[in-house]
Amino acid sequence: MAAAPTTGVSMGEALNRALRDAIADDPDVLVYGEDVGPLGGVFRVTDGLAGEFGEERVFDSPLAESGIVGTAIGMAMYGLRPVVELQFDAFAYPAFEQVVSHLAKMRNRTRGAVALPVVLRVPYGGGIGGVEHHSDSSEAYYTHTPGLRVVTPGTPADAYSMLREAVECDDPVVFLEPKRRYWSRQEVDLPVRTEPMATPVVRRPGTDATLIAYGPMVETALEAAETAAAEGRSLEVVDVRQLAPLDDGVVTASVRRTGRAVVVHEASVFGGYGAELAARIGERCFHYLEAPVLRVGGLDVPYPPPKLEHHHLPDAHRVLAAVDRLQWESEWVDDGDGGRTLP
Amino acid sequence: MKHTDERPRPAPALPTREPVRLVDRHGRRVGHSSFTAPDPARLVELHRAMLIGRRFNQQAGTLARQGRLAVYPSSTGQEAAQVGGVLALSDQDWLFPTYRDSVALVAHGVDPVRTLTLFRGDWHCGYDPHRYRCAPQCTPLATNASHAVGLTYAARRKGRDVAALAMMGDGATSEGDAHEAYNFAAVWNTPVVFLVQNNHWAISVPLHRQTAAPTLAHKAVGYGMKGYHVDGNDAAAVYAVVSHALAEARAGGGPAIVEAVTYRVDPHTNADAPQRYRDPAEVEHWKERDPLIRSERLIRDEGLLGDAEETERALAAFGAEADRIADTVRERLADGDELDPRSLFTDVYATVPPLLEQEHALLADELREV
Ligand SMILES: Cc1ncc(C[n+]2csc(CCOP(=O)(O)OP(=O)(O)O)c2C)c(N)n1
Repeated sequence: MAAAPTTGVSMGEALNRALRDAIADDPDVLVYGEDVGPLGGVFRVTDGLAGEFGEERVFDSPLAESGIVGTAIGMAMYGLRPVVELQFDAFAYPAFEQVVSHLAKMRNRTRGAVALPVVLRVPYGGGIGGVEHHSDSSEAYYTHTPGLRVVTPGTPADAYSMLREAVECDDPVVFLEPKRRYWSRQEVDLPVRTEPMATPVVRRPGTDATLIAYGPMVETALEAAETAAAEGRSLEVVDVRQLAPLDDGVVTASVRRTGRAVVVHEASVFGGYGAELAARIGERCFHYLEAPVLRVGGLDVPYPPPKLEHHHLPDAHRVLAAVDRLQWESEWVDDGDGGRTLP
Repeated sequence: MKHTDERPRPAPALPTREPVRLVDRHGRRVGHSSFTAPDPARLVELHRAMLIGRRFNQQAGTLARQGRLAVYPSSTGQEAAQVGGVLALSDQDWLFPTYRDSVALVAHGVDPVRTLTLFRGDWHCGYDPHRYRCAPQCTPLATNASHAVGLTYAARRKGRDVAALAMMGDGATSEGDAHEAYNFAAVWNTPVVFLVQNNHWAISVPLHRQTAAPTLAHKAVGYGMKGYHVDGNDAAAVYAVVSHALAEARAGGGPAIVEAVTYRVDPHTNADAPQRYRDPAEVEHWKERDPLIRSERLIRDEGLLGDAEETERALAAFGAEADRIADTVRERLADGDELDPRSLFTDVYATVPPLLEQEHALLADELREV
């Protein structure tokens, strides 16, 4: 397996640059949240921005997530484009009511009269040795809410491009940042614009099965595909990018080509976003499928303590084990006598 | 860049326990050391708007009983608090109302028929918030308050002099969102006046189960805000105090909480059963303190509308105007936007995503089948 790049731009740096360019390009953009000012955010994603743009544009707010989102809603009603940081996945929960009852619904309630171009940046997911409440994969709470765009980048280039697009977007965007990938690097010249965030992309072409992943699991899926290739199995990797609203064309086209699919995410499997993907693939690719769609994810347990989190998090090994279960052994041959499976 | 540690404003004084009152329940003026009643034209205007509000409440209540509205939360008895607060706003200011505040919307200039769109069940909000500078009526308690903070913050950044009146009930002050909004407003020094209508009941729960604070206005002090405790059935007092609080907030003196002490005479909504939780005698006690009785007495006793004959004529004209508005509401209730199922899909996102296009096609098929 190829070693992860140690040069180039990290995802955290790409996000920082995206914020900087967005603030510079549009006087209505402002960034606030907990510790995003002089400190630069606990993950340093807002590093240097308060110094460069001043407290008018980048500032620390009181410590109150519902108030952060509620005030952002009011600001957006009057023409600003706030980008707020909710420090960690699990600490975004106090804002849930504002997100679900107002942010997601304002356009609909007012028949389009009031748009809310608000970006909620939420570092999410595990894998960084965080103690409890710092590692939740909270995407399904948001994707189940019509009116929100829920996006998550899998590469530094996408992190830059999708954040710029999120800030420019007239819909509220929940921008989920896979925090364990903040330090993942890629050779890319910024600024960059990648494919529109609403479209999934094929990250790696393949012919035998499709791995569908997003956010932190894109890297894991690519690693699995690399290992499989060495073993003679060609896996295609699709990065979903915008989880909601989902444009599933790229996903279903890929699965129709390969005939097999494994959906991969970090979140617990039961009731997770992968269930939606699997159901859609089942509905749209049924006659193309050689095997049931499998889901790979975290265990259905509360997020474990740091010393046990590696048991929870899916890795390339768990992904490949699922690929092995895609009924390769039962290829059916018509022998004119009811059929038989290959040995 | 580093933070500096500074305290923005001097500590505010405690609100008075005795509510600010400028006109007593017999319509007699009461002197006050800090506030004066508005001029006669304003007093008359307050009375007129309250009359319209009272008739509107009655009409909407009737329509709800007839099943023409899905539900209606009446504010009968609270007209002074709503009208007094809203008439204190300037032309560019915004209102952030709750479900209880339809009368405030009407006084603010929102089309009365469109005010009822929510309760009629045609849509969630019947008016363009930008046109009326009025947010959609808010049902999740206290969640509208931080929107007012954000909006006034944005207006200031854009160099516009916009203040806001954020309305909530006594029960809503227990919500975390009320706390967060008070705190944000105070720290950011945004020009918001939080108008708390203490109508004594949050559905069936009385105020003493809600808070141990001496008054709801006292809550302001902990945030570094001014708190005002006002007789909410005295439109003159509500108007004077909210005007003062708005002027101070506009001038950079900080936001404020105004607690208007009033009473919800009607059930919580038409679906409520108040006999299960409160004594009818209490309702009678408050009916004697009806805000319209006192404003009418003041107008008559002081001759604010001229001599006896002129007064009768003018008051009758106000009544006729209120009736006309109520009649219009009843007649035009069926008006409004065409209910097109397609509209379910159009304003969920800025553009209709593929998933919703597919669902729209499915629904269109279903409609063709019937
Ligand atoms: C967050 C939330 N919790 C519960 C409710 C249900 N509810 C609607 S009105 C109400 C009572 C509110 O009382 P108060 O704030 O005093 O206002 P009032 O209805 O008396 O005007 C409750 C509990 C709600 N709308 N929102």
